[in-house]
Amino acid sequence: MRFEGTAAYVADKDLMVAVNAAIALERPLLVKGEPGTGKTELARQVAEALGLDLIEWNVKSTTRAQQGLYEYDAVSRLRDSQLGDERFNDIGNYIKRGKLWDAFAADKKVVLLIDEIDKADIEFPNDLLQELDRMEFFVYETGETIRAAQRPIVIITSNNEKELPDAFLRRCFFHYIRFPDMETLQKIVDVHYPGIKQNLVRAALTQFYEIREVSGLKKKPSTSEALDWIRLLVADDISPEDLRTDPKNALPKLHGALLKNEQDVHLFERLAFMARRQQ
Amino acid sequence: MFLPFFLELKAAKIPVSLREYLSLLEGLESGLVDYDVEGFYYLARSALVKDERHIDRFDQVFSHVFKGLEALSGDAGIDIANLPEDWLRKLAEKHLTDEEKKLVEALGGFDKLMETLRERLEEQKARHQGGSKWIGTAGTSPFGAYGYNPEGVRIGQHESRHRRAVKVWDKREFRNFDDTVELGTRNIKVALKRLRRWVREGADEEFDLPGTIHATAEHGYLDVRTRPERRNAVKLLMFFDVGGSMDDHIRSVEELFSAARAEFRHMEYFYFHNCLYEGVWKDNRRRLSETLPTFDVLNKYGPDYKVVFVGDASMSPYEIAMPGGSVEHWNNEAGATWLARVLAQWPQAIWLNPTPQKHWGYTHSIGMVRDIFAGRMYPLTLAGLEAATKELSRRH
Repeated sequence: MRFEGTAAYVADKDLMVAVNAAIALERPLLVKGEPGTGKTELARQVAEALGLDLIEWNVKSTTRAQQGLYEYDAVSRLRDSQLGDERFNDIGNYIKRGKLWDAFAADKKVVLLIDEIDKADIEFPNDLLQELDRMEFFVYETGETIRAAQRPIVIITSNNEKELPDAFLRRCFFHYIRFPDMETLQKIVDVHYPGIKQNLVRAALTQFYEIREVSGLKKKPSTSEALDWIRLLVADDISPEDLRTDPKNALPKLHGALLKNEQDVHLFERLAFMARRQQ
Repeated sequence: MFLPFFLELKAAKIPVSLREYLSLLEGLESGLVDYDVEGFYYLARSALVKDERHIDRFDQVFSHVFKGLEALSGDAGIDIANLPEDWLRKLAEKHLTDEEKKLVEALGGFDKLMETLRERLEEQKARHQGGSKWIGTAGTSPFGAYGYNPEGVRIGQHESRHRRAVKVWDKREFRNFDDTVELGTRNIKVALKRLRRWVREGADEEFDLPGTIHATAEHGYLDVRTRPERRNAVKLLMFFDVGGSMDDHIRSVEELFSAARAEFRHMEYFYFHNCLYEGVWKDNRRRLSETLPTFDVLNKYGPDYKVVFVGDASMSPYEIAMPGGSVEHWNNEAGATWLARVLAQWPQAIWLNPTPQKHWGYTHSIGMVRDIFAGRMYPLTLAGLEAATKELSRRH
C-alpha cells in the first residue's frame, strides 16, 4: 500500500515519504502548514488513491476527546426507565459511537482524519494518547474493549494555534507542508485548470508571489486562494496585459479573492498612495 | 549505526527521544527507502522532527553527520592567483549565526579574529595545505577551507563541498522557522493555568446530576436539572511597557500577551512607556490622540482584578521619582506616585521583567520599581511566571 499522489493532488517527494512511513508503520501522521496549503485535502486524496473510506472528525473548541470514542446518554436511559421502555435494560442502546470507534470497528482499513486538532482544549491530544497508540479503548459502561481489527491510517492536521504536547508528538510522524515554489504552484494550477492560458497563469502567479512578499500582511494568500483567484480571472476573461499593475493602483484585479481582511487592503492602498506621491 | 546522529541531534537541542529513533529504525527495516539518500533524509526528518522550528537545526546536524557521503575531492576550484582577495570577500559575506558568534567570542572576538587573519595573510605568501597554523585547505587552523575546526572561518570555498551528495538539507529552506524561544505559548498557558478560579456562570448548559437526583427525589418524578458550565472567573489587568528598550523583548512579550488573551475571558490591557503616569493607551498607533486617563482605569476596575505590569523598568531614576521626569511629556506627579496608587487600588499586583534577572542589579531603576512593588518583580521566564502566578493566586 503506497501513496504516490493523485491526478488531482501534486505531492512532493518528502510528503510521499512521510505518508508512506505513516502507512507502513501504522503511526498517525501530523500535518502542519499555512492555512490553505492542502492539509485536509491530503487525507481525502490518500483515501482516494488507496481506495479506502474516509472518516472525518472535525475538531472544534468544545470537542472533548471522549466524544471521539463514545458518549453515554444517561438522561435518555433514565427517561426510558421511567416510561417503562424495555430498551433501557440494554445499556448498549444508550451508547453513541464516536468517530474513532467507527474507524476501529470498520471491517476494512479506513483513513481517519482528525482535522484541526489545535482548535480543541490544550489537554485534548493527551487524552487520545493511548487510544491512538494502541488503537484500542475501554468502554466502562459495558465493560468491553474496542480494538481496531485493521489499524486505520490516521492523519491529523494542525494550524499551529496551540502547541501540542511532546508525548503526543513522539507517537506521530510529522510533516510540514511548505508553501510551494512557483514551479510547483504552476503544476498545481495545471492540475486544477487543465488547458488554461499559460501566459495568463504566468502573469498571475508572478503577481501572486509579489503580493505574498509584501511585508506586513496579516494573512498571506495561500494555494487555495491562488486557485480561486485564477478561476475568477478566467471567468472574467482578463488578459495578461490587464493584470500588469500600475504602481498608482496597487490593488490587484479582483483582490477580494486574495486579501481577506480590511487591514491588508488598506496596506495596499497606502502603498499605492505612496507610489503616487513619489511621482 | 545511526546512534552518533541521534546523539548529535540531542546535543543540538532537538527534542528527540529513543522512541522516535526506534521508529526511524523500524521505518528503515520495513524497506520504505532503499539506497536513496534523499528518501532517508525525508524519513529521518519525518520521524525525528516534530516541529517546523527544529527542521533547520535538523538540516544542519544531518549535513554535518553525513558529510562523508561523498569522497573529498581535491581540486575544488581554488584559484591560487585570486586567493587573498577571494578570501576576504568570502569573509565579508559570511553570515554568523548565534552559535558561531559565541565561538568567535571564544577566540577573542570577531575583531581579534580578523586581526589575526590579516597578520597571517601578511606573513604567508604561498598556498598552503594541511598543517595547523597557516591559511590553507584541509587543515585545522581556524582559517581556510575544507577544514575540521568548527570555529573556523571558511575562505574561498564557494559552496558546501558536499553539495552534490547532500542537497536538500543544505538548502536549509526552513531557516525562518528556527527560533530558540525560551517560552512557547503552550508552556505559558500551562503556567497561567494556575491563575484559575472556577465559577459557574452563563447559560444552563451542563447536566447537573446531583441536582437532578435531588429534585427527582423531592418531586417524585424525573426532574432534569441543568446548570451553567464552570468558567475561569479570574479578572486580569495587564499593563505593557512599549517602545524604546522594550523593542528587544517584543517576541517574548507578544507570546505572553497572546497566551494570556486565550486563557482569560476577563482580561484588559493597556500600554505605557517606561513608567506609569497620568495616561495610558490601548492602541500604539494612536497613542498621542487617544490616551485614557489613568484615574479612569483606576476607578473602572475593582480591587478584585489582578494586575500584571510587563516592562524592563530600565530608565533614568528621575522618571520614577521626580515630577516632570518623563522623557516624553511633562508629568505633574512622579511615576512612583502613580505606581503607589495602582498598588493601593489593586493589592494583587506584580511586575514581570523580561530583562534577565542576573542583570537587574546593574540598573538602579529596576531596584526602585522592585522596592515599590515590595519585591514582587519576576523575570519573564517560565520559572518567573510560575512564581508570579503563585503570588497572584495566593488571595482570591
